[in-house]
Amino acid sequence: MSSAITLIDYGIGNLLSVSRALEHCGADVELAQTAEQIEAADKLVLPGVGAFADGMNGLRERGLVDAIRKHAEQDKPLLGICLGMQMLLGTSEEFGQHEGLGIIPGRVCAIPGTTDAGQPHKIPHIGWTELRRPQPDTEWNGTVLEGIPADSRTYFVHSYTAIPDDPKHRLSDAGYNGRTIAAVIRKGSVYGTQFHPEKSRNVGLQILSNFIGLKR
Amino acid sequence: MNVRLIARLDIKGPNLIKGIHLEGLRVVGDPQQFARKYYEGGIDELIYMDTVASLYGRNNLSEIVKYTAENVFIPLTVGGGIRSADDVTHMLRMGADKVAINTAAVNRPELIREVSQKFGSQCMVLSIEAKRVGPDRWEVYTDNGREKTGLDVVEWAIKGQELGAGEILLTSVDQEGTRKGYDNRLVRAVSEAVSIPVIASGGLGEPAHLSDVIRQGKADAVAVADALHYDRLSIERLRQAVDETAMAVKHV
Repeated sequence: MSSAITLIDYGIGNLLSVSRALEHCGADVELAQTAEQIEAADKLVLPGVGAFADGMNGLRERGLVDAIRKHAEQDKPLLGICLGMQMLLGTSEEFGQHEGLGIIPGRVCAIPGTTDAGQPHKIPHIGWTELRRPQPDTEWNGTVLEGIPADSRTYFVHSYTAIPDDPKHRLSDAGYNGRTIAAVIRKGSVYGTQFHPEKSRNVGLQILSNFIGLKR
Repeated sequence: MNVRLIARLDIKGPNLIKGIHLEGLRVVGDPQQFARKYYEGGIDELIYMDTVASLYGRNNLSEIVKYTAENVFIPLTVGGGIRSADDVTHMLRMGADKVAINTAAVNRPELIREVSQKFGSQCMVLSIEAKRVGPDRWEVYTDNGREKTGLDVVEWAIKGQELGAGEILLTSVDQEGTRKGYDNRLVRAVSEAVSIPVIASGGLGEPAHLSDVIRQGKADAVAVADALHYDRLSIERLRQAVDETAMAVKHV
């Protein structure tokens, strides 16, 4: 089984922590800055922090959008992390309307500024929050969450949240003061984690190992 | 929400140190060993703070950060002597996830905007050292509580948020190292004035102090230093106090 992982380098944020964690999990990490490199990849990781529009511009300026879409259409494994997860969706309303990769139908919206009880709360949501199954029968075996106990905490830092159109694309949710956050989304071999697996100690490393070991 | 429990490691040269009121420093040991131990014990985040970098205009932390980042997979914040976007780039390359900036931000507030625009606001922690100067009034200090600035802490926190800071690390110079508890009024004043998370630092002596700063201070995260360094309190005990309080607050 190949442990090669291609990490997309599009000029946004800090790739090193993702790269280090993948290597710690046994991956051979290659950085990709061109469409050719992405087309040659078996497994892609799309990291990212910062604003949605900046992220998409970074991908567009380097001509990477079509190559990533094509990878997903072939149902090759793809993992988007944080902003990388949000860019998998169709649109975002962060500072205006922006088009995303459109790989998983849905949109990206601001986390409500109040708790479910109507009290103001802190934005961004920063911290360790429990993963839970969106439905009692949501199956984690055979996915990147295989072997992860429900209520495991992972590290989130975000102000916007992904809302897939199809609830079946939600693999795990998390709660922030009563507000539901999509923690992991999935469509076939395409995954997105709102939290940072590379910063979520053993749970995160297990998720990355599962991704590295995914079979198509 | 879950309140974060953060280990703060103050560094001088190659050593983990601990002081009182950020002065009178004592050597505790090898910071990497402590960082590793806290990671394995379940701490949520680590903060490395170079205590002499501002004085000498350099940063000793690179090697320590680099080694830590290879073995520790939780958020790592680095502060002390960071003056420019180039310094931030360097620290991120070494393995930091966030930088905490105090003196350089006071000297040139635009630095907050530059760092948050270039690296994202999640990377930009505004470090504020606060000294009580009157009833419910605190002044911003720099250089580990040595230099006064004339800035009001609450006003500076609001300005920091406007410029793009993603979090505030709020250290009470008065309480630091005293084990008498956090300055809950200070933490509350800042936490209610901004919408970004506030990390309370300075003064932990017993688990009840955590409950106080979460309930009364409305802290979003708590930093712990010598109570852990000297093994007076375990991470489990602190976690229990934090989680019980956060749970109780949620159900109020």
